[in-house]
Amino acid sequence: MVLDFVDTNFLIVLLVAVMTGAASGLLGTFMVLRRMSLVGDALSHVALPGIALALIFNFNPFFGAFAVLVVAIVVIWLLEEKTEVPIDALVGVFFTAALALGIIIFPEHDLLEALFGNIVTTNIQDGIMALGFLIIAIVVLKLISKTLLLDIVSKELAVITEKRRALNNLIFLILVASIIALGLKVVGALLMGALVVVPAATGKNIGKGFKQYLTISVFVGAFSGAAGVLLSRIYEIPPGPAIIGVAVGMFLISLIFRRK
Amino acid sequence: MSDTVVKVDNLTVTLSGHLILDGLNFEIKKGEMTAIIGPNGAGKTVLLKTMLGLIPYSGKIQWGKGMKVGYVPQRFSADKDMPLTTREFFKLKTDNETEIYRVLKDLEMGHDEHHIERHILENRLGNLSGGEQQKVLIAWAMINNPNVLLFDEPTAGVDIGSESSIYQLLKKMDENKNITIIFISHDLSIIKIYADKVICMNKKLICTGIPEKIIDSDVLTKLYGSEASVYLHEH
Repeated sequence: MVLDFVDTNFLIVLLVAVMTGAASGLLGTFMVLRRMSLVGDALSHVALPGIALALIFNFNPFFGAFAVLVVAIVVIWLLEEKTEVPIDALVGVFFTAALALGIIIFPEHDLLEALFGNIVTTNIQDGIMALGFLIIAIVVLKLISKTLLLDIVSKELAVITEKRRALNNLIFLILVASIIALGLKVVGALLMGALVVVPAATGKNIGKGFKQYLTISVFVGAFSGAAGVLLSRIYEIPPGPAIIGVAVGMFLISLIFRRK
Repeated sequence: MSDTVVKVDNLTVTLSGHLILDGLNFEIKKGEMTAIIGPNGAGKTVLLKTMLGLIPYSGKIQWGKGMKVGYVPQRFSADKDMPLTTREFFKLKTDNETEIYRVLKDLEMGHDEHHIERHILENRLGNLSGGEQQKVLIAWAMINNPNVLLFDEPTAGVDIGSESSIYQLLKKMDENKNITIIFISHDLSIIKIYADKVICMNKKLICTGIPEKIIDSDVLTKLYGSEASVYLHEH
C-alpha cells in the first residue's frame, strides 16, 4: 500500500515542510513587493559559511546560519536606511563571495546536503522550531504589516507618519533571516531563495488585493511543502528540488490566470 | 499671529557640508494658497521636508495654533502591478469607511457610492489613471481633516486635463474648507491662475508676494537666468 511509509517521523517531516513553506510564503509577500526577490537568494548563500563553521565546531547549524544571516541583514538595513545606494549590486558581490567562501571551508561530505537540504533528517526539535517560528512570524507581521506596506506604497508617507518605520524594517529583516535559516534544512541553500519568492510571485499573479495575494502565497508555500515531500517519498527523488518543482509548477499555472 | 499658518524665521539647512537653505524668512496666512517656485536644486523639496520635521535645521519654524499638517507625495513608489486595492491603501490610515467615502466624494471621484466602490475602492491602485492616483493620494492626506496640505509638485506625471481639475479642487478646498494649500510648482501659468501668494527662492529667499506682481521678467531672470523671461510671454 502506498501509505505504508506514514510513520511518526514522516509526519514530522511533512509538518515541517508545510510550516516552513507557509512561513516562506508569508514573508515572501513582503519581500517580493520590496523588490527583495534576489536578496532572499543571496542571503541563503550567505548562510553557508555559518553552517560550515557550525559543522566544524559541532553546534546546531541553524544557529550558525542565523548568526551569519543577522550580520548580513543588519548590513542591508544600514545600507537601506543610511544611504541611497541600490543594494542589489552590493548584495550580488558580497553575498556570492560568501557562497564561494562557504564552499571552500565546507566539509565535503556535507556539502550536497547544505546546498539542497535534507528534510528527511528532521526531528521533533526542528518541528517545534518551525511551528514556533510560524506563530511568531504571524503575530509579528500582524503588528508591523501596516508600516511595511505603507513603506512599499509610498516611502515618503511612511517616513512622515510611521515613527517606528526603521525599527519595523529591521524586525522584518530579522524575520527574513530566521526563515531562511530554517528553510536551509528543508530545501537547502541553493533553493531557499526560490521558496520565499515563488509562492509570492504566484500570489501576485492572481491576487486582486493584498489579502488575496497573501492568502494564495501562504497556501502555495504550504501546499508545495506537503506535495513536494509526498512526491519525493513516492518517487524517491530529493525533497528540496521536489518542493521547489511543485511551487514553480503552481507559478506556471498562475500565469494563465494572471491579472492585467 | 492668530491667522498665521506658519512663520519661518532665518531657516537654514546644511546637508553634508552644503548650504541648502540660507536664512529663509516668510509667513503664510490662513487660506493663502501658496506656491513655492525656484530652479532645480533651489532647495524647494528640502524646504517642504524641513517644514514637515524630517530634516534638522537652525532658525525657527512656528506653526499656528491647532495646525494639522498633511503631506501629499508626488506619486506611489510601488510597482504598477502591486496587489493592493485602493480600499486596502486607505485602511493603512483609517478603518472608518464613512471617512473614506467622505474624502473620495470631496475629491469628486464619483458621485454615487456604487461607482466609488466598484471603480475606485475595489480596484487595484495600479489600475487607476494617473489623475485618479494623484486624487487618491490627496484624499489619503485629507483623512482626519488636516488644515494645511503640503504638496511637492501635485501634478507631475498627470495629463493636462486632470492637472487643471486637480488645481481647481485644491483651490476649492483652500477657499471653502479652510485648508491652506502650500505647493511646489514649475508651471507659472498654473501659479498665476491659482496661487494667492508666491515664494520664490534659490537657497535664499528671492521674493514673496502676489503672483501678478512677482512673476515679472526681473524676478525670473534672477531665478532661472536670462532666458527665462522669454517663456513667460508664451502664457
